[in-house]
Amino acid sequence: MPKIPIAHWVDVIVEWLSIHWASFFKGLSNLITYVVDIFTWLFMLPHPFLFVIIIALLGYMAGRWTMAFFSAIGFLLIYNLGYWTETMNTLGLVVTAALISIIIGVPLGIWCASSKIAARIITPVLDFMQTMPAFVYLLPAVTFFSLGVVPGVVASVIFAIPPTIRMTHLGITQVSGELIEAADAFGSTGGQRLFKVQLPLALPSVMAGINQTIMLSLSMVVIASMIGAQGIGAVVYRAVGQLKIGEGFEAGLAVVVLAIVLDRLSQSLFNGKRSKKAA
Amino acid sequence: MSILEIKNVSKLFGPNAEQGVKLLEQGWTKEKMAKEKQITVGVNRVNMEINQGEIFVIMGLSGSGKSTLVRMFNRLIEPTSGEILVHGKDLRKMNKEQLRNARRKTISMVFQKFALFPHRTVLENVEYGLEIQKVAKAQRREKAITSLELVGLKGWGDKMPDELSGGMQQRVGLARALANDPEVLLMDEAFSALDPLIRRDMQDELLELQDKMKKTIIFITHDLDEALRIGDRIALMKDGAVVQIGTPEEIMIQPANSYVERFVEDVDLSKVLTAAHVMRRPETITLDRGPRVALELMRERGISNLFVIDRSKKLLGIITAEDAATAVRQQQKLDDILIKDVPYVAPERMLNDLFELVSTAKLPVAVVDERERLTGVIVRGALLGALAGGVENEEVALNA
Ligand SMILES: Nc1ncnc2c1ncn2[C@@H]1O[C@H](COP(=O)(O)OP(=O)(O)OP(=O)(O)O)[C@@H](O)[C@H]1O
Ligand SMILES: [Mg+2]
Repeated sequence: MPKIPIAHWVDVIVEWLSIHWASFFKGLSNLITYVVDIFTWLFMLPHPFLFVIIIALLGYMAGRWTMAFFSAIGFLLIYNLGYWTETMNTLGLVVTAALISIIIGVPLGIWCASSKIAARIITPVLDFMQTMPAFVYLLPAVTFFSLGVVPGVVASVIFAIPPTIRMTHLGITQVSGELIEAADAFGSTGGQRLFKVQLPLALPSVMAGINQTIMLSLSMVVIASMIGAQGIGAVVYRAVGQLKIGEGFEAGLAVVVLAIVLDRLSQSLFNGKRSKKAA
Repeated sequence: MSILEIKNVSKLFGPNAEQGVKLLEQGWTKEKMAKEKQITVGVNRVNMEINQGEIFVIMGLSGSGKSTLVRMFNRLIEPTSGEILVHGKDLRKMNKEQLRNARRKTISMVFQKFALFPHRTVLENVEYGLEIQKVAKAQRREKAITSLELVGLKGWGDKMPDELSGGMQQRVGLARALANDPEVLLMDEAFSALDPLIRRDMQDELLELQDKMKKTIIFITHDLDEALRIGDRIALMKDGAVVQIGTPEEIMIQPANSYVERFVEDVDLSKVLTAAHVMRRPETITLDRGPRVALELMRERGISNLFVIDRSKKLLGIITAEDAATAVRQQQKLDDILIKDVPYVAPERMLNDLFELVSTAKLPVAVVDERERLTGVIVRGALLGALAGGVENEEVALNA
């Protein structure tokens, strides 16, 4: 029996796309670079100490003193270790990837919730994206976007977007049927029902999805650094490659700090709002 | 005048639902349809006319199709066949826009589990219907506040729904439905989730509101007591079809078939029958007659007292045989022996609320209408007789 030439097909498709859609990818690449640059510039704008104070304040607003304290100590540590610029680069990449994931993911989630057919097509694609090893789509990303931060962002988005889509879908379908009936019975249009009833009620679920998305895109930073993305991931990658165990540990610590702070901040983004309203 | 006309409306669930309608017409039962065609009959060729300003109760056991029927009145559920005429216009022929308009302006709904939006304050909930019509903020606020006041929730607007008790939440549900100033209110088991005492209060308040607002209310319940308390007319459903439509009295007294009979047989008649049902024709005399005439009348009829009325039948009081005899001897006039403090009740008074009065009163209890005219008398024997079973036609006729 002859082998099915899947590899060949994929190669052909990738090549065709990289030739005929070159200007599209070029434009997209410029846009993503631009966004990452803006975020990184923004994060580098204040003096690290001021940044630490801002983060601590956010931490305080998000949770408690402990949160503020931990954030401050964590970022001071990063500064002290000398990974400030790298960390801010990574933050820029992660925030960009998360933002793109939200912009694409939430509407896709809404679409899944409103159309059974869409859900039936998108769900297996999501499974595919999440289980396919990330390295595999790193290469086509490089083919389309060449080396640098952009393929890193793209790979992160592909890897990290599923939770946002899934949780938006779930959140909307979980809104009780009686509330949907109520919205309809008063004569809502589809859009009014979505924006005034379904989405607000799905918000906790959507936020949980976004939180997971942020975490996942952070977990991609080392992989992204393999294709030339600057940042703390690159430090880890280099240190490991040169068997500098101590340095690798330091950089890993910076990733951990970033992860915990991002996790808590994004989690409380919704909870904070809610407790204010109830008060 | 009818505001809502339901013509031959059916709803079938399952494959080939359209073909199922023909089978229904051939007399297939709900069971047969389920077994042989895998079709669930939700509603089976229902006809009804609902009048402006009435409380129309749809009653039936669980699964009899009440919710399905009422949801077709605003097309939350699409009928399989039939016509639903609102002011003579077929709801089924309306496009999306027209339907939305009907839902916004004409027909509102109150839900069993309240269905308040948990992320909106009470006031924002009440405003919802106006908000989606893009009514200006100040104006819709004002209407919402008025609507909240109407249901007795003044000052609760800033709370979140889950801070309110069940009864209050349903008032919000009612206020939300009223804020649009609709002509028709659909209430699907609106009070079923409330505990009995609060439920009772809500029923009373609904009746009070209805007195003021004169909406057309379609009220679903599986509780006969509730139906009898608030319904002007009642439709009884079984297996998706209407078995009988009539006033509470008609349903109770002339059940259309054995199903209705069984449905109503456990009902406490004292909560259904009124003074008008059991009253007898009163023996009367006018004030310008003498005591001698009165005495003679009583002797002739074999009774010991007489109601005194004026020419317009207005009740003035009562005289006893004893006093009349004394008056004859002492040459008094009727006026001198007239007892003005007569126990009386309105014709609508439920028997339930009548026992105590009748059993403690020394004089017969008069039934007096709203123009103070004497229309009947409650005799203890007849009262007990009515509860023991049949109400004879004579008394029913008196009501008319
Ligand atoms: N979406 C649906 N799909 C299939 N069958 C349905 C659907 N909705 C209702 N039915 C069936 O239609 C019939 C009528 O249901 P409906 O909910 O109208 O009854 P109900 O009188 O409101 O009962 P309850 O007192 O329990 O609320 C039932 O046999 C029910 O199983
Ligand atoms: Mg029901």
